[in-house]
Amino acid sequence: MNKIETKNLNLYYGTFHALKGITMSVKANTVTALIGPSGCGKSTYLRLFNRMNDLIPGVKIEGDVLLDEKDIYNNKGMRIDELRKKVGMVFQKPNPFPKSIFENVAYGLRVNGMNHASFVEERVETSLKQAALWDEVKDKLKKSAFALSGGQQQRLCIARALAIEPSVLLMDEPASALDPISTAKIEDLIYELKNKYTIIIVTHNMQQAGRVSDKTAFFYLGDLIEYNDTNIIFTNPTDPKTQSYVTGRFG
Amino acid sequence: MTHLDVELKRLKDEIVEMFELVTQQMKKSQLAFIGFDREIAREVNFNEKRVNALELKIDKDCENIFALFNPVAIDLRFVLAVLKINSNLERIGDIADGISRYVIGTGNPFDKELIDITRVNEMFVMAVQMLSDVQKAFDSEDTKIARGIFQKDDLLDEINENANSVIENYIRSHEGNISQSLHIISAIRKLERTGDQVKNVAEEIIFFLEAKVLKHVSEK
Repeated sequence: MNKIETKNLNLYYGTFHALKGITMSVKANTVTALIGPSGCGKSTYLRLFNRMNDLIPGVKIEGDVLLDEKDIYNNKGMRIDELRKKVGMVFQKPNPFPKSIFENVAYGLRVNGMNHASFVEERVETSLKQAALWDEVKDKLKKSAFALSGGQQQRLCIARALAIEPSVLLMDEPASALDPISTAKIEDLIYELKNKYTIIIVTHNMQQAGRVSDKTAFFYLGDLIEYNDTNIIFTNPTDPKTQSYVTGRFG
Repeated sequence: MTHLDVELKRLKDEIVEMFELVTQQMKKSQLAFIGFDREIAREVNFNEKRVNALELKIDKDCENIFALFNPVAIDLRFVLAVLKINSNLERIGDIADGISRYVIGTGNPFDKELIDITRVNEMFVMAVQMLSDVQKAFDSEDTKIARGIFQKDDLLDEINENANSVIENYIRSHEGNISQSLHIISAIRKLERTGDQVKNVAEEIIFFLEAKVLKHVSEK
């Protein structure tokens, strides 16, 4: 069964045709990397799955976007807050809230009415462990999240996304603002997390796509040029445009 | 363990499997050749397909690691070394298969006297010993064991160098055994080549662990 699917998906920002007839499916418990030069539509495509594009004025979407085989746009029973509980997101720059480490992770639980102390504590600990941050912060949970390093803040944001137990995790260049050691930690984390989550990651770093993903989709000027197993994309891509991009000859 | 570590460990397990498979092939080809056992020879011939398939799998995995993980430093040397070790082991597999084919293609058992005077069995024993040592060197990442391989190859060279005159004398007094004499000298040539292949593997192990290139260097 496909976890996520788009069928003949077109997206327009006003008159600009940003995504052109994208048909693509993602299996559960896999990591899919979206690559392509700036403006190719990869972040727009990522933001479809938690309906973040809805916030942008003038956006028009045609086609189907399915999560667990249910349409998330043409579905009157689908509430956006419920959707975002299933589909977590991590952004390029770490964006912790001006709260303690503990309260950052507990935030999603509390706004969803889950306030039972022992339950929240247990979930915060589990999420921080999943995000490979627990050992570094367990003795300072009440300290401000801003006291953490950039790499730790990003893992905190991942823990915050995991706390509400989504089944899909969207990552928009999650390591591009981090140093190489923090980047390696995030990449190892992605490799661990795919056992439990379906992950889609936008990255400008092609080596990162190679290291972390099972499947890679190459976007160019709003078209999905090629979508295949990552090892095929990086050893023997079908389309000459993909080959030129992954070898650094254009883009 | 990082994702790359997992992939490197998997690659190591695969090449160890290749070592074991090829060593088995060489041992069986010895049994087939010295004992003139066509059944074992056919077994070696059949298992050659497994050697070839594993070589392709390891090649592909190395290619994927280069393309997806961009290994550097000792990781890069490890993958480069595995790629070359894989190729050398596959060639040894070919040699074991080739020797076994002499058993399948020859009408009569080899003359025991010919086996003894050519010392071909000693060569088999040494080739298997060298394979076992080089696997140990790889497995335990021990360059001392790897360097010990170079001396052992001398015995194979010595027997090979003497083989022409030994067989020439034998043929003079056993004109009916020319065909099997040619098979034996071909097997001796192949076993001498096995020693060279194992030495290449030892050089790759030293390259991987010490970043030293010993190719074309006489003093190792």
